[in-house]
Formats: sequence, structure tokens, C-alpha cells
Amino acid sequence: MTILSTSRLPLLRHGSPDALFAWHDGRPVTVRAYLAAVHDLARRLPDGAYLLNLCGDRLGFAVGLGAALLRRQISLHPPNDTPDTLRQLEEGYPGLICLTDAGVRYPGMACVDALPRDGLDSLTAPPEDADLAFPADQVAAIAFTSGSTGRPMPQVKSWGTLVRSVHGAGTALGIARLGPAGLVGTVPHQHMYGLESVILLALQHGLVLHGGRPLFPADIAASLDDLPGRRILVTTPVHLQALLADGTALPPLDFILCATAPLAPQLAIDAEAKLGAPLHEIYGCSETGQLAVRRTSATAEWLCIDGIRLRQDEQGTWASGDFLDGETLLADVIELKSDTRFVLHGRSADQVNIAGKRSSLAFLNHHLNSVEGVKDGVFFMPREGESGTTRLAALVVAPGLTAETLLAHLRERIDPIFLPRPLQFVDALPRNPTGKLPREALLRMLDDPRRE
Amino acid sequence: MSDLKALSPTELDLATLIVNTLTLEADPESIDPDAPLYGEGLGLDSIDILEVALAVSKTYGVKLRADDENNTKIFTSLRTLNDHIQQLKAA
Repeated sequence: MTILSTSRLPLLRHGSPDALFAWHDGRPVTVRAYLAAVHDLARRLPDGAYLLNLCGDRLGFAVGLGAALLRRQISLHPPNDTPDTLRQLEEGYPGLICLTDAGVRYPGMACVDALPRDGLDSLTAPPEDADLAFPADQVAAIAFTSGSTGRPMPQVKSWGTLVRSVHGAGTALGIARLGPAGLVGTVPHQHMYGLESVILLALQHGLVLHGGRPLFPADIAASLDDLPGRRILVTTPVHLQALLADGTALPPLDFILCATAPLAPQLAIDAEAKLGAPLHEIYGCSETGQLAVRRTSATAEWLCIDGIRLRQDEQGTWASGDFLDGETLLADVIELKSDTRFVLHGRSADQVNIAGKRSSLAFLNHHLNSVEGVKDGVFFMPREGESGTTRLAALVVAPGLTAETLLAHLRERIDPIFLPRPLQFVDALPRNPTGKLPREALLRMLDDPRRE
Repeated sequence: MSDLKALSPTELDLATLIVNTLTLEADPESIDPDAPLYGEGLGLDSIDILEVALAVSKTYGVKLRADDENNTKIFTSLRTLNDHIQQLKAA
């Protein structure tokens, strides 16, 4: 299917201007009020090519998304907001405008509040022709993945790519059957999964977006309680596990969506039994967006969303699609059943995924070895524990450094979730004669750093 | 030892719970009750906080919430978290 570059795709697909758009600070927000806020922010935004949308408030973030499209500004979605990341973005995108929650400021950056200071009620309704639609080929966002060189790698997303990906996923999941359901998400929306499955899923399927980002089970229950009708929970394996272990009672759910890392089938079965709703998973990555779905309690096989195709060669598995540019080599080990069905067999050796955040050991090692005073150092995944989230370990040769100093340097450069725990100082790394670091030798040294 | 700030008995219990839950290398008694839990200090992140909340719920029978105005205050330090838990227990 060829999509004409002139085709325009709407910002949202809610029934009418009076339809409920969001639930924000305990109050309903209509589509009309949302669009008024989009127009208001579009007027307030300074000129500039790029917008860094750091809003934690989901309504503010969604307003920022609409206003950026209206002003043809490109939203940047960094993997984190560490000082080093922000500095690199500022260097790479001069004149960057930072969009924030009310009153939040980042030193040295031009910051604008996403929502009007006097509240949404202070705005007048937009003109009648306010049905916003944007060209499919308009560049809407740049997501970043961690490249192995230490610099975030930009992934350019057109509005058409984002919308069609979310449409495909929504169709595969049967979201339309739920009507104008409410959506509570526990994932950050700066993450591609959160952007697609919380913000864009709500916009493009006429759902009611809950403005909060609950973390604790009791908060998730309270957020779901706010919503009047059917309820969708968008979450991750880590959050889901905590929710089930805690045993907090939730209001009735109609649909659970989970992503960022494959969910164990038993956890999916438990979740469906305890929460009383079907649980589906989404598979994708920052490079491609959403690729496939499955109902985990029923099958281990993933089904590609409409328009996505996979093929394999000696390098690995490549994904392409009607709305993707070119082919992308996937970072996971995949067994193809057909060109649209597959089974996942874990990640490629260099890839790490902790609580849904992906990085590569090459990227982390690059940063570790760039710290002044580090003579040699390596990150690796220790044996996974019985419960909880297993963290990376690091062995480091750095005679003049303390753990505090090294961690402070690393915190500047890498996402805190990847900080080593344990971090062990050693006299030398257990390199074999070819200079490689066998995993078994690393594990032995971690158990007993004095032994060679 | 003299420069260590003394933990109250309930603070020491909570510090022990945190260290055991997250298998931290720190000695519970050596945790500064006023040091930040997030970032610097103990170096916890949101995944740790979630695990701590679960352990708190099982041990003390109280459910932590974050989405109110106490959002930032509760997790400022071991002392503020402990005060919050004691208040919830008393309520």
C-alpha cells in the first residue's frame, strides 16, 4: 500500500468536542478544553525547531504533543533526563525549548509551562475549524536509543508512522470494542512504549486519558477508581508483579496491556485470574515502534500487527513495514514461524533490559571506561535472582577512585537503573589470553574478588 | 562511630528492611537517617522504591501512596519515610 505524502491524519479520534478527553487532577477535561489548551500553548511557544517535552503530567504532555505538531516543531524523546543527556541534546539541537510541568525549571534551558497558569477554564474554546490533522510525512518526534559509542542515536518518527503503528496495534488488540474506555498508565510517556500505548493509543482510539502516572499499587487503584466507565491498565512486568504481590483490590478492569520486557506466562495467567481482565502484550523497540501482540495466557507466539513483516538472514531478524522506513535489525533472538508469527528467545548477548529500559553493555562499558581514573572496567549481568529486579554488576580497576566518586560520574552519564550494584574494585580484570572476559570468570571474581 | 547519627529503633527496623529487601551492601546502622534515599545517598530509584513499598506493606500492613502532596516529602530520607509509616500505622 502506498500512502500519498499529502494525506493528513487527525490528532485525535474522539466522538465530539464534548466527549471526555482526560481525567486530570480529579476533574474531567473535554476534547474542546484539550484543543483550547493545544492552541493556547502553540501561541505561547517561542520559535524554534525542536521541543523537549519533559512534562510528567500526561495532559500537559499531550497538550505539548499537539502544540508541537501545530507549530511544526519536532518533539525530542530522550531515554532519560540525566544532566549529560540534556547537555548533549542542547549541543545537538541549538535553541531547544523545554516544555515542563507548572513551575519546573531546568537550569540553563529555555523552559515553558505546558498548561496555562490560570487553569484550563481560563481559555476560550478554539474556532469551529479546530479539527486538527497533520501531514503523514511531517516529522513529529525523535526518539533516542543508546548507541554503543556513548551518544544517543536519533530515530526520526513521522506523524504517519506513529499514528499507523498505534492504529495497527489498537486494531490487533481490539481496542475499538471497549468504546470510550478510560486509560491508566504506569509507564513514563517519554519512553516510546509510553508515548505509543498511553498517549497515542488514547488520542487515536478516543479513550479517556488519566493524567496521573501512578507507581504504587494503592495509587494505581485510586487512579482507576477515578474513571467512570470501562478501564484499561497499561503497565510493565515490574509494575504488574508488584501489583499482584501487594494484593491491593482494584476496581473492575476490562483490558490490561503490558510491555517493555516479555512477561512470564504464569504471571500473565495470575494477572488475568486476579484482575479479571484479558492481558495482552506488545512487542516493539524504539527503532520500529510497536511490531507485534499476543495474549500471553493463550499463546507464546507473537502476531505481527497489520503491515509489519519479518525476515531472517545470517545477521539476525529484520523488521519492515508499510509505515516504516527501510528495515531494522532487531536486538532479540527470534524464531520465525511465518513472516508474521514468531517466538521470542531472549535478547542478543550485548543487550540488557532492566525494568523495561534497554541499553547495551557496549554503551555502558564505553561510559565506564571514559571516567577519569578508570584503568579498566566491565559491566555484566550477574546470575538473575529469585525475586525482584536483577541489576548489573561491574568490576573496575581504578586505584585512585572511591565508589562514591565513580558512581557520581556514572550518574551524570547513564540512566540510574543501569548503575552497578554491586560495584567491585579489583586489581585486574580476569582477561583470558585473547583479552576477552569470559562470563564465568567475571562471575567467579564477583563472588570472591581476591581470587584470580 | 561517634560521627554516625543514631537511628531510633523504628528507623533501624526500616533501614534493616530496606537493606534486606534490596540486598544493599550498606550496614543498616550506618545509614544517615537524613540522607536522600533517591539518587545520591542510598542511590535508590523508582524500582527500588516499589520493592520497598511492597515490603513495607507486608511488614507494617500499611499502603504507601505517592500521588498526593507528600509525593516528594515522604521519600526525602529514611527519617521522613519512617515518620510517614508510623503516622499511617497510628491512623
